[in-house]
Amino acid sequence: MTNNNGAMSDVLVRIRDMHFSRGNRAIFRGINMDIPRGGICAIMGPSGTGKTTLLKLIGAQLKPSQGTVHFDERDIHRLSRRDLYTERKRMGMLFQSGALLTDLSVFENVAYPLREHTALPERLVRHLVLTRLHAVGLRGARDLMPGELSGGMARRVALARALMLDPTMIMYDEPFTGQDPISMGVLIELLHTVNSALDLTSIIVSHDVQETLSIADYVYIVSDGVVVEGGTPDDIRHSSSDWVQQFVRGDADGPVPFQFPATDYQSDLFAPEIV
Amino acid sequence: MLDRLQGLGKTGIGFLERLGRGHIFLARLLLALGSLVFKPGLVIRQIYSVGVLTLIIIIVSGLFVGMVLALQLYNTLVGFNAEESLGVVLALTLLRELGPVVTGLLFAGRAGSALTAEIGLMKATEQLSGLEMMAVDPYQRIFAPRFLAAVVAMPLLAAMFSAVGVLGGYLVGVELLGVDSGAFWSQMQSNVDFNMDLMNGVIKSVVFGLVVAWIAIFEGFDCIPTSEGVSRATTRTVVNASLAVLGLDFLLTALMFNA
Repeated sequence: MTNNNGAMSDVLVRIRDMHFSRGNRAIFRGINMDIPRGGICAIMGPSGTGKTTLLKLIGAQLKPSQGTVHFDERDIHRLSRRDLYTERKRMGMLFQSGALLTDLSVFENVAYPLREHTALPERLVRHLVLTRLHAVGLRGARDLMPGELSGGMARRVALARALMLDPTMIMYDEPFTGQDPISMGVLIELLHTVNSALDLTSIIVSHDVQETLSIADYVYIVSDGVVVEGGTPDDIRHSSSDWVQQFVRGDADGPVPFQFPATDYQSDLFAPEIV
Repeated sequence: MLDRLQGLGKTGIGFLERLGRGHIFLARLLLALGSLVFKPGLVIRQIYSVGVLTLIIIIVSGLFVGMVLALQLYNTLVGFNAEESLGVVLALTLLRELGPVVTGLLFAGRAGSALTAEIGLMKATEQLSGLEMMAVDPYQRIFAPRFLAAVVAMPLLAAMFSAVGVLGGYLVGVELLGVDSGAFWSQMQSNVDFNMDLMNGVIKSVVFGLVVAWIAIFEGFDCIPTSEGVSRATTRTVVNASLAVLGLDFLLTALMFNA
């Protein structure tokens, strides 16, 4: 896709003034974001700020109540179903749980996109699947069922599956949550290698600050429905905002109070007995 | 007072909204059926899981219902010296009513609940979203094969229920209580009408299969993706599908046999 000058735009995903609410609760209140082509872009923020929702909005699984999301210069929410599915083949998404199909083996899970969208001969399917599985280090696990995999392995299989259709962009939903140090290291390494070797654009949604800052090229911090800060990892580390500093350092108290809003502690504790 | 009225209105709107969503879901489901022509394997696998795996409970229930019916009917009929009619009364009861209805209820309990739980868990574990993001339409790959399989399996199961029920009735009536075997079969043969009795039973069971599958798949799709949400949806499937079977049975019987 090219812009008006005929050159490739360097922004792959452009979000403008996007609003989204669930019931009466506003999740996003006018978000603006440019996700550059190539490189790893991280979106961070406290739990419950709707980071996963943001990925679903980019993938057009949800529709914003206002504003637009452009993927490669096309308004993703105005596409017909057929066009949307064509675009989705260019986006991989890695869900937190892996989202593997539980009734298919590891091999069949990775082969699934090929079987659905192509009519390649079985020999070639096998070849392609094994190369992807080898890349994530799980060629030997091809006959296991998803229930027999650890969380980290399931995510690696899901990554192999997401790479199957040679996407332009991959979205990772909390890739590091609940991983032991070794699988965490493996995942970070993989993410990095995959991104540079295949010249992808990666979007990582996470609240694992140090891991994310270590591999991201660009970082957005989202809180309370708006983007509070955007910049390179260094910009974020040296941000002048107290809130961002608290988030990056993981302090228990600060602009975000430790206590959930409540009445005065003393008077609450020694309140006259309630019968 | 006003709060109550507001609550009532909210419940009403919620109900209508859900009903609307259910119908849109059904329309998309029916549209997706066409795609199954290229993937018959998907339907066959589902027929196995909703049909073949339900067979045991259908056969056992059919056998016992037939045996109990024969016992009860014999005791009444013998008072009128009409025990030879046992075969025909048994066959009509099973083909017209008990076959489709009891199979429908058992199908809702066995296959319907399994469908809701399976699809609900697929939603909770993001498998449905995962398919969407792989540009695979879950209506075509997940919902439609299960729907079609249920619609195909239900009349076959009902037929099996009725057949086994007649056999059970034969065992008790003829072998145990001594009704004449020739009378049992010949009266059944001459008084059971192909269109009126057999086909109407088949139509009923197709309708029940359709409704149970629709409710079960929609409940799974529409559930809140948590363990509590899935369990509630499964319960709702069994309750709503059973009520729908009973309600529709009355309606269909009135239409078919009262004209």
